[in-house]
Amino acid sequence: MMKEQLVVSSSPHIRSATTVRDIMWSVVVSLIPAVLAAVYFFGINAFLIVSVSIFGCLLTEFLFQKARGKEVTINDGSAVITGLLLALTLPPTASLWMVLVGSAVAIGLGKQVFGGLGYNPFNPALVGRAFLLAAYPVQMTNWMIDGVTTATPLNVIAESQYMTVEYWDLFIGNVAGSLGETSAFALLLGAAYLIYKGYISWRIPLGMLSSVFIVTYLFGGDPIFHLFAGGLMLGALYMATDMVTSPITKSGRWIFGFGAGIIVVIIRLWGGYPEGVLYSILLMNMTVPLLNRYTRPRSFGEGAK
Amino acid sequence: MGSLTFKQGIHPEYNKELSNTKAFQKAKRPEQVIISLQQHIGAPCQPLVKKGDHVDMGEKIADSDSFVSAPIHASVSGTVKEIKTIQTPIGKSSQGIVIDADEEDTLAKGIASPGSLSDLSPDDIKKIIREAGIVGMGGAMFPTHVKLSIPEGKEVDHLILNGAECEPYLTVDHRMMIERPNDIIYGTKLLMKAISVSKAIIGIEENKPDAIKIMKKATANEDGIEIKELETKYPQGGEKMLIKALLDRTVPAGGLPLDIGVVVNNITTAVAVSDAVKKGVPLIERSVSVTGSGVNNPINLIYRIGTTIDKLIEEAGGLTEDASKVILGGPMTGFAQPSLDIATVKGTSGVLVLSKDEVADFNPQPCIKCARCVDVCPQYLMPVNLSKYAAKEMFDELEDYQVLNCIECGSCSFICPAKRPLMQYIKVGKNEVIAKKRNKS
Repeated sequence: MMKEQLVVSSSPHIRSATTVRDIMWSVVVSLIPAVLAAVYFFGINAFLIVSVSIFGCLLTEFLFQKARGKEVTINDGSAVITGLLLALTLPPTASLWMVLVGSAVAIGLGKQVFGGLGYNPFNPALVGRAFLLAAYPVQMTNWMIDGVTTATPLNVIAESQYMTVEYWDLFIGNVAGSLGETSAFALLLGAAYLIYKGYISWRIPLGMLSSVFIVTYLFGGDPIFHLFAGGLMLGALYMATDMVTSPITKSGRWIFGFGAGIIVVIIRLWGGYPEGVLYSILLMNMTVPLLNRYTRPRSFGEGAK
Repeated sequence: MGSLTFKQGIHPEYNKELSNTKAFQKAKRPEQVIISLQQHIGAPCQPLVKKGDHVDMGEKIADSDSFVSAPIHASVSGTVKEIKTIQTPIGKSSQGIVIDADEEDTLAKGIASPGSLSDLSPDDIKKIIREAGIVGMGGAMFPTHVKLSIPEGKEVDHLILNGAECEPYLTVDHRMMIERPNDIIYGTKLLMKAISVSKAIIGIEENKPDAIKIMKKATANEDGIEIKELETKYPQGGEKMLIKALLDRTVPAGGLPLDIGVVVNNITTAVAVSDAVKKGVPLIERSVSVTGSGVNNPINLIYRIGTTIDKLIEEAGGLTEDASKVILGGPMTGFAQPSLDIATVKGTSGVLVLSKDEVADFNPQPCIKCARCVDVCPQYLMPVNLSKYAAKEMFDELEDYQVLNCIECGSCSFICPAKRPLMQYIKVGKNEVIAKKRNKS
């Protein structure tokens, strides 16, 4: 009857079944429609870019962890997500060695130098993209569709103020652009699944998209065009919502989203680049510690009489 | 319209079906009971008996002059074998009176009903409750007569009876409502009279439809006693959450339900109050669910207080092969026990045994700042920050982030995908902050 070895540990004695790994792999799964759309619109090269990017991220993570004598956690899904997201921000013409460099920078400089998962202040995929944009500006803006080099809708708008694409093509992704930036539909589908599972915050994308919509409208732009053009959908749904680099409070998430949206519009309408999503999120990443600090929720009954 | 509830909180698996259809059975009289002198929040009792004394069942064997305390009675008749230091179910030590039971169950002299609802004054009722040694039986063990003593200047207008039973696995309040609805109502009326209120609300989680039906029927002709359905959500039975859900009132941080005109008691406490008045019997036995995948035959028992855990587990068919963790209380707030010879106390409402695969040793991963802990905390705290500050012993920050408002429900640790022991850190930090404050004043 007497048990020799009873486990004694602190309450609670039951835990939810969801693990970090579950969350990470769900994000990977949710990106499958976007990858399929990329392959459909841009062909086999898109698939190769995605594969190399994921490979590069996993390899970098592995090498860093080995070198530092830490536990290798490449199967936790987080490096796969970075690889996927980075690939989706790249043009379909990107060369594979460039992709490999970008993925190494994303994981190495964007994540591992800070101590790995959970400690990085910036979204690693965006760090990778920012590096590539600075190092290979020409390659990074060489857009192509159906084998013909062309400008993205945002380039066209920026240069001529004249809209040439249909909303429907923008929504479905049948336009020039980065692999995963083009199909808003595929991204929304995946994000809806993550929001349903409670794995990403709806406040951040809603804040970001609505502020882009409102501010563009106020300054005479075409709000629907700006909502679906460029990297806004990918950024708002997948980059800005990155748990590690976004606020942990509800009001902080709203402010983060609104702030990112406003920066996007400023850059798009008046900036030197046609696209501001990358910088908007990286800049807002910097504000996260401050946002967390100053948006502490009022605890239950605090200030009540 | 949905059921009443509070904001945030979690939905663990409830596993109530293991025992919620099992009617109460009387546990066998143990050959020996070990009765702790610390069976309540407050000052420990001093023994009134010594080694070799004969005691009758229901005889007062320990008491205290302190107001926040509750006397203790013998749960068997027999001989005091020794008075020694024992381990309590919350991992502390206290004095305990060991009684070898005889087979007579001789009732102490003078045990008889002291009166009835109509002829007892509020003060009479409070006195009976104190003398019967009744404490909060949901697990917190706060002396009930203290809770019912309304300080000068406070107005109370509602009694709330907690029938939520939001801890997974436990089913004693559920069974009480099914088997003893009239005693619950009688106890409720006594409690209402003790604090002079005309309104009582009994809140029951909607995962107990049979109890809701029976209690609704039993109160159909009762003026002033209302049954309300609560959403099944943890920690719905937390005092502050319960009041928010039922009355939409907020207990101020650092305050008490009294501050907003409410007194909360547990269903099982009401039954104990009813027994004390109807039969004159002090609190010497109580209900417990012995359940979980680690016992062969989950069961609801009425047992003598002071019975050791192994006897109760025996009644539930013994431990299974892979039993590996024994918890007194529920899985969210209960205490894991290092051995089975720990004696039960007035607050022991559950003996939960989990099997090996259920107590998988979680390996904490780095925090990914997902904020799920922030999103579920019923007190709107930031457990991720609190645990970090506690680990780094940053006490000013802890206090600044309202650590004292934590109700230690464990929702943050439960939900954490990285399996970090958030509440463990917070509990330690909270105790340090309390100790520091005490030293200052």
